[in-house]
Amino acid sequence: MDHRPPISRRNLLLGTAAAFGVPAVLAGCGGSEQPSPGSTSGNLGAVTLGSNASDEVPKKSLATVIEKFTQASVRINTVDHNTFQENINRYLRGTPDDVFTWFAGYRMQFFAEQGLATDISDVWQEIGGDYTQAFRDASTGVDGKQYFIPFTYYPWAVFYRKSVWEEKGYEPPKTLDELTALAKKMQGDDLVPIAFADKDGWPAMGTFDIINMRMNGYDFHISLMAGKESWTDPRVKQVFDTWRGLMEYHQPASLGRTWQEAAQSLVQKKSGMYLLGMFVAQQFPEEDLADLDFFTFPEINPTHGTDSIDAPIDGYMVSAKAKNVDGAKALVKHLAQASSQDIATELDPGTLAASSKADTSGYSALQKRGAELVSQASHIAQFLDRDTRPDFASTVMIPSLQSFVDKPAEIDSLLTSIEQQKANIFR
Amino acid sequence: MTVKTRRYSARDVTVLVIGVGVAVIVNVGLIWGPTLASVALSATDWNGFGPIEWIGGRNYSDLAGEYPPFWSAVRNNILWLVFLGLVATPFGLFCAVLLDRRLRGSRFYQSALYMPVVLSLAVVGFIAQLVYSHDYGVLNAVTGLSADWLGDRSINIWVVMVAAAWRHVGYVMIIYLAGLKAVDPALKEAAAIDGANERQAFFRVVFPTLRPVNVIVLVITVIEALRAFDIVYAINKGRNGLELLSVLVTENIVGEASRIGFGSAIAVILLVISLGFIVTYLSQLFREER
Repeated sequence: MDHRPPISRRNLLLGTAAAFGVPAVLAGCGGSEQPSPGSTSGNLGAVTLGSNASDEVPKKSLATVIEKFTQASVRINTVDHNTFQENINRYLRGTPDDVFTWFAGYRMQFFAEQGLATDISDVWQEIGGDYTQAFRDASTGVDGKQYFIPFTYYPWAVFYRKSVWEEKGYEPPKTLDELTALAKKMQGDDLVPIAFADKDGWPAMGTFDIINMRMNGYDFHISLMAGKESWTDPRVKQVFDTWRGLMEYHQPASLGRTWQEAAQSLVQKKSGMYLLGMFVAQQFPEEDLADLDFFTFPEINPTHGTDSIDAPIDGYMVSAKAKNVDGAKALVKHLAQASSQDIATELDPGTLAASSKADTSGYSALQKRGAELVSQASHIAQFLDRDTRPDFASTVMIPSLQSFVDKPAEIDSLLTSIEQQKANIFR
Repeated sequence: MTVKTRRYSARDVTVLVIGVGVAVIVNVGLIWGPTLASVALSATDWNGFGPIEWIGGRNYSDLAGEYPPFWSAVRNNILWLVFLGLVATPFGLFCAVLLDRRLRGSRFYQSALYMPVVLSLAVVGFIAQLVYSHDYGVLNAVTGLSADWLGDRSINIWVVMVAAAWRHVGYVMIIYLAGLKAVDPALKEAAAIDGANERQAFFRVVFPTLRPVNVIVLVITVIEALRAFDIVYAINKGRNGLELLSVLVTENIVGEASRIGFGSAIAVILLVISLGFIVTYLSQLFREER
């Protein structure tokens, strides 16, 4: 998942930064190198860390965590988030850093299977007790070995401002009908019911995922993502039909808007709610953060209730070509420590610590609610583009979902097209 | 029996081999090799590593039949070419003609029109977002409209082409301006004496003498249209109505996707289109020289 620079406010600076990112895509490398200021070299030499934390908050958070690492000197190479992600193949095949930021689940397994990651099962023997089984599973490759250190994660939910809801007397909906009724009421109150943005293509995946998991359950989500189900299946069509029913309550002109702009409409009390990851908190000014709350997307099918959510895990992997494997393992061990993750969750209120040992007393009210939400879910999905093949997600699903958002009525032809393209990719 | 004199000494041959050889190696290695490799790869299914599977023309049939962005990209590339060729380039010429008449403040206009040319198209893309954004854009704020300029796929390609043309006009203008300055004023005087009005003098006398400049501008326009990439990539990664062939190649090959065979097939299509123009241009050129 990518956090594109906003067009508003910080725009020009970030814009210029991304402008340099474009040639970087073409060159297949790029980014800025900054030696981490506080780290003095220890006995394990130098370790390089490839980071996609190009946004201000995550970048600062990582730098602070690394300052506490004393066993080796760490050099952080920060690359624009999207650029990093799109170049990952070339990066891992070329001259990758020793440690790199990446995502759990299918996305991790995909590269581990190709021998591009170093097996860190030995690190897991030491830190394994700090993680729940769900996190261990999300870090394990198809061969049963661990390749990933979960660092932070963030749940997807429907966010709103408490003050607005109290003023208007809204209650979090428990069913789809209640959600629709609430949205209607908001329209009557001159609010955009559901803030929405899909210029970058991925945010719509969150809406699709949650409706799909509410209607068809987690197992169907996983097997659909693995290419084992047909997209022309009536169950998939039902998801799009339901989504279409909600479309009139979504913020219009969404294909020209970034998530940051949609989040701003929530901040400015112009929209009533917003289905997004908890990183939406990054857009809230400090003084308004306490006003941000959320509810989990309401139940649609009683069989599945609200038992699944998207809660993508971000973490670290050691590349197969790592030059300093010992230093790299020491570094990921440091990142796996609850104390490191505490620093990150304190600096970035949109994330939760992956380690069970993490100190949750420092959590904000929002983070506490987030942790509670995740602990109640019996299934945690990683998000559409992390649960399926990257080529399918980027070249098929993004254009297809954008085309649905543009013309919600044309479901049948769209699903036929997705199925044909899927057949060409999963063969 | 006449003694056959050797035409080339050993040294000549060495020089020849080095001179031509280096050029040939560079040409084959950097141009023809990769081109032929792309053509070959376009008939395979390959993810950049692992085994290469030969699948014949399947990528092409998938492209044409089952990949909706492809036709959208072809259409946009053609639109881009037509728009630059029929709107932006003539407008650049028009500006050049006006400026050539030494209006008051012509230097000011000249720099103002030329200014965008120093910007990279990616930067023009960012500027375009500031202007066209639905929520915060200057255009909606000033006009009071609430059009989704960049998100609505029936209009976004047009507004983006306007942004691209903003830069192209300046480029074309400066080239024509240089050409116009070089036109012998005596020609215009002679035309005037013969009773030609301004319009006739321009189209019958001045424009034909600009022929070498026209060829350069034509080539630039075609190149600009086919290589368009950065502006749409900066705006929305070339999706949702802003697809271009160059973007699809990148999206499939360079992106996380790594569909090298499929992306190569798109690249081959782009090559064929480019070759069409190059061959037409070269054959024209050679015909005249004869």
